[in-house]
Amino acid sequence: MPDKPKLAFYWCASCGGCEESVVDLAEDILFVVDNVDIIFWPVAMDFKKSDVEKYADGEIVASLINGAIRTSEQQEMVQLLRRKSKVVIAHGACAQYGGIPGLANEFQKEEILKWVYEESPSIINEEKVRPQLKYKVNGSEVFLPELWNVVRPLDKVIDVDYYIPGCPPSPKLLKEAVLVLLSGNLPPKGTVLAPDIALCDECPRKDTKPTDLAFTEFLRPNLHIIDPEKCILSQGFVCMGPATRSGCGALCVNGNMPCTGCYGPTSRVKDQGAKILSSIASNVSAKTEKEIDAVLNGIPDPVGTFYRYSLAGSILRKKVNI
Amino acid sequence: MSSTNGKIKIGFYICHCGTNIAGIIDVQKVVDYAATLPNVVVSKHYKYMCSDPGQEMIQKDIKDNELNRVVVAACSPLLHERTFRNATSQAGLNQFYFQMVNTREQNAWVHLDPEASTDKAMDLVRSAVNRVAFHKPLEKKTVPIKPDVLVVGGGIAGIHASLTLANAGKKVYLVERDPTIGGHMAMFDKTFPTLDCAACILTPKMSAVKNHPNITMWTYSEVVSVDGYVGNFQVKVKRKPRYIIDDLCVGCLDCIEACVYKEPRFFDEFNQGLSKRKPVYMPFPQATPQLVVIDPETCIWFKTGKCKQTCVEVCDRKAVDLNQQPTYKEIEVGTIIVATGFQPFDAKKVYYYGYGTYPNVYTALEVERLINASGPTSGEVVMRDGSRPKSIAIVHCVGSRDKNTNLWCSRVCCLYSLKLAHLLKEHTHANIYNFYIDIRTPGKMMDEFYTRISEEGVKFIRGRVADIYPDTNDEEHRRLIVKAEDTLISEIIKVPVDMVVLSTGLVPRDDAQDVRRMLNISCSTEGFFIERHPKLAPVNTFTDGIFLAGCCQGPKDIPDTVAQAGAAAAEALALIDLGYIELEPNTAFIVEEECSGCKSCVPLCPYTAISYDEVKKKASINEALCKGCGTCVASCPSGSIKQNLFEDEEIYSEIDGILNYKMEEALC
Amino acid sequence: MLKIEIEEAASKQWQPKIVAFFCNWCTYTAADLAGVSRIKHAPNIRVIRVMCSGRVDPQFILDSFAKGADGVLIGGCHPGDCHYQEGNYKFLRRFQMLRRVVDSLGIEKDRLRLEWISASEGDKVRIVVNDMVAKIKALGPLGLPVKYKEWANEMNVLESEIAGKEEVYA
Ligand SMILES: Cc1cc2nc3c(=O)[nH]c(=O)nc-3n(C[C@H](O)[C@H](O)[C@H](O)COP(=O)(O)OP(=O)(O)OC[C@H]3O[C@@H](n4cnc5c(N)ncnc54)[C@H](O)[C@@H]3O)c2cc1C
Ligand code: SF4
Ligand code: SF4
Ligand code: SF4
Ligand code: SF4
Ligand code: FES
Repeated sequence: MPDKPKLAFYWCASCGGCEESVVDLAEDILFVVDNVDIIFWPVAMDFKKSDVEKYADGEIVASLINGAIRTSEQQEMVQLLRRKSKVVIAHGACAQYGGIPGLANEFQKEEILKWVYEESPSIINEEKVRPQLKYKVNGSEVFLPELWNVVRPLDKVIDVDYYIPGCPPSPKLLKEAVLVLLSGNLPPKGTVLAPDIALCDECPRKDTKPTDLAFTEFLRPNLHIIDPEKCILSQGFVCMGPATRSGCGALCVNGNMPCTGCYGPTSRVKDQGAKILSSIASNVSAKTEKEIDAVLNGIPDPVGTFYRYSLAGSILRKKVNI
Repeated sequence: MSSTNGKIKIGFYICHCGTNIAGIIDVQKVVDYAATLPNVVVSKHYKYMCSDPGQEMIQKDIKDNELNRVVVAACSPLLHERTFRNATSQAGLNQFYFQMVNTREQNAWVHLDPEASTDKAMDLVRSAVNRVAFHKPLEKKTVPIKPDVLVVGGGIAGIHASLTLANAGKKVYLVERDPTIGGHMAMFDKTFPTLDCAACILTPKMSAVKNHPNITMWTYSEVVSVDGYVGNFQVKVKRKPRYIIDDLCVGCLDCIEACVYKEPRFFDEFNQGLSKRKPVYMPFPQATPQLVVIDPETCIWFKTGKCKQTCVEVCDRKAVDLNQQPTYKEIEVGTIIVATGFQPFDAKKVYYYGYGTYPNVYTALEVERLINASGPTSGEVVMRDGSRPKSIAIVHCVGSRDKNTNLWCSRVCCLYSLKLAHLLKEHTHANIYNFYIDIRTPGKMMDEFYTRISEEGVKFIRGRVADIYPDTNDEEHRRLIVKAEDTLISEIIKVPVDMVVLSTGLVPRDDAQDVRRMLNISCSTEGFFIERHPKLAPVNTFTDGIFLAGCCQGPKDIPDTVAQAGAAAAEALALIDLGYIELEPNTAFIVEEECSGCKSCVPLCPYTAISYDEVKKKASINEALCKGCGTCVASCPSGSIKQNLFEDEEIYSEIDGILNYKMEEALC
Repeated sequence: MLKIEIEEAASKQWQPKIVAFFCNWCTYTAADLAGVSRIKHAPNIRVIRVMCSGRVDPQFILDSFAKGADGVLIGGCHPGDCHYQEGNYKFLRRFQMLRRVVDSLGIEKDRLRLEWISASEGDKVRIVVNDMVAKIKALGPLGLPVKYKEWANEMNVLESEIAGKEEVYA
């Protein structure tokens, strides 16, 4: 019997949810395990970098990498995996667009370090000790990965073949992706392995959405109760559904929460945040600057709202003056 | 084009426009640069690209070099895009495989630094070369033209345009706001330069309008809304109540006689207030239509609800109806001619000329009435104080050519001042002084007219009048001193006169902005309606199917007004007789399989072109209704709407071009 | 040369580039009118013609910045005057929102500007363009493509460092 195809999983700047999505395959995971050889999966099994290094270039059929790239170590690892793999898949919102970790691009590295090691109220660190990149103990040197200034989606660091969107991706998409890989019938490079249509298409509340949307105020789900029957956007809560790929089965809406956009934009859109902004603002009914601002002030953090998962992969990428 | 093997081959041309462009932009440098750009296979410059040889050069290159895209850097696309698209299509290429670079209006004409201008040209050429590669072959869409025409305003312009169209067999709706047609011309006694009687030329035309089977004349009416687009405008007209039933009134004037007001005591608009009228009145004897009108502002019945209604009683035809309500007419027309005219400059705004303060200061329009045989004084020049002037000053350019009022020359004031000088002399034998800045008398027979009047003993003083004030030496305090610097002898002179005539300029109507909005046309800086192009399309507007005639477009005399009215009628006829108009194919469309049915776009379209299909659960655009603004395109949150000629890729490619952005940069 | 002198020389060389989106019916026509009237103004704008300000997608604006524009100017018809009735209101609403995003992502306010310029306001084109150019000159270049390249450098540094480290281990 020929060798089973080799598959690698790796995690970078991520919460671990995407790893969870692999586990969430439930019984399907057995199918995966039967058909592939998982040769690297640090979160679940004890592998070392050197295990990867020993493979010939291109020997691994596919690496599924989740998480954004924020440290020197992550960069080093994904570059290595790229070399060793035929196909690299950006697995989940963070790898695809930077995800939640990408929101760190609103701040300077120093601001973040200072907060985390010095200012955060739960910190006791009188000497203001910071992690050192190099440290000598007992005559030998130890290294720590360096934090980069910029959080990057995977494809700003290495060449990426496919994307599986979501925070986290639904097990269904993941399974389909693995099946496609095994079939050998690969789609064109750059394909996002999810439907290229926005979420409203599969949203159970679509029929309740009016055709004369006109916003007079915006509400926040932490302060107001969402009517579980009606289209959430039409109630004045920002729902990213119209600007977000479908494929999740409208999970959040089914949980009576607005879509926050984790599946990213459709292929026709370069900048998910700008597009939902364009749509939502156009449908505000006010006409004077003052009245318009009054309505739009109901969205206190537009970057965090419209770019929750996509800032690092957006057109501007990052706060530019730092 | 199969022969090009799917490869894009661009021909690039830059026009010198004589020295207009080449005088500042280094065309050779641009040509050399364009030749290095991707897909450019021909790169040339030429003296006049829009000339026949220029166009033929493009066409020859298309054939010889199998070009499949053309970029021309020349004047504004608003001027010559059509020319070059035609040239492109005549060579067998789809006309939309063309892109134009605005190198004259928005570059050579507005910049001084040749290097910066050349750089800008190169940026924009790069941008156009980038863009044109994305162009798609498109077909113009055609819309049928309804043959009926709406004419707004019944001055000489509206009258002439209506008659021309009606004589050509077209149905015309003429809407006039006042109770009668005729406009300003109906107020004049004689007209320059021929001094023929205004009524003699105008009244026959007015009755021709009234009697023409093809003209529906609605006086005392206003257009209240215009919807739709060229070929198919839906127009709503409000007919204000005259309180007289049109079909019954025969114009016998018995009701005026019978009015409870025995004496006329209200401001008579037609006579500029130089006489009084009753609440029920006929604007002037030749008013067309010959229908009286009751003015609710002055009629005691409307003001107090109490009156014996003698007018109602006296009319044996039962034509007086004090309960009349406004009615609304809805019509569909294919084209519209705007002929709303001008209004005279408000002389009170130049307060130091004393109009409104000194009774013997008159406006020219008042004097037109005063010397009119059918005017308030039957042509006798009797002033407000009952006296007759022995000396008269005519002050030119009141409210014109002055940075404190209006910058423009009103074109007719010098000439009508000469006319009034002549007529006043004839009527009063008074000494007449014309105070002028320059005498402007261009046009056929006009300068001869000036010579003629100056030989009649009228005095001319070159100097802007600085002040007009009562002569303290005159015991009756009637006489006025006109103070000016005679710039020919550089001396301040003070001329005592009995009467002053202010030659007020022509200004846009107060409601020009409202009319403009309603019709979706534009105004130029001064507020007159703007023509599509001063030379090439002087009666067209930027809105297809709407044309301009007369003084609403700018000050002009009657001959020019009539000529323009004829031109506007001809433009409308050209459309009507062709039967259709070609429209830019820049409409938007929704890609059905991409649309999520989020419905966000539906309320955004001002023309309700977007609808939601409840069965397919998708939105779609009705191409016939879409006017191509692109608002929905920019707003679709999933990028599922595209606009022909303005696709996202086309605009991004322009941005890339302008900023000389290379794809490799995207990698970092 | 002193540092200041070098900077000065550099700033003389640098000319801001402004990408402008003008609506066909008002502002583009006004810019043509400025031409016909020979109203001279700064040569720094590059106009992209759209039918209506309503066509201006916020993505175009961000894209212009990201690709090297020092400023972006949008010109449309005055409120109430849009050739398509309300396209300019729709753009205004996007603009008010986008402004806050652009602001919190560190692009100075003066670099993004919306102006209503009617077909007759040729002189306003001059005033607006000159003013915007002056303000952007005072700010200096935005230069995002250069910044992106600089940011990318941190990764290159690592590559050489890794190479170095590997040598150490070897
Ligand atoms: C004092 C004076 C003397 C002049 N003498 C001469 C002369 O001797 N010879 C000569 O060649 N020129 C003369 N002119 C110029 C002449 O008056 C104009 O060329 C001519 O009147 C222009 O005609 P018009 O139809 O464009 O405008 P108008 O005469 O102003 O007619 C416009 C008509 O449109 C109507 N209207 C306006 N708005 C609306 C609306 N919204 N809806 C419906 N109807 C509307 C008005 O009530 C009016 O009836 C003189 C001008 C002045 C001021
Ligand atoms: S806007 Fe949100 S809630 Fe409304 S239909 Fe779309 S996805 Fe569902
Ligand atoms: S509804 Fe939106 S936020 Fe929630 S899972 Fe789906 S794509 Fe993500
Ligand atoms: S905005 Fe786009 S996705 Fe939504 S209904 Fe309209 S076309 Fe479809
Ligand atoms: S482009 Fe404008 S007119 Fe056409 S459908 Fe969209 S919003 Fe309506
Ligand atoms: S056409 Fe000018 S803003 Fe809409």
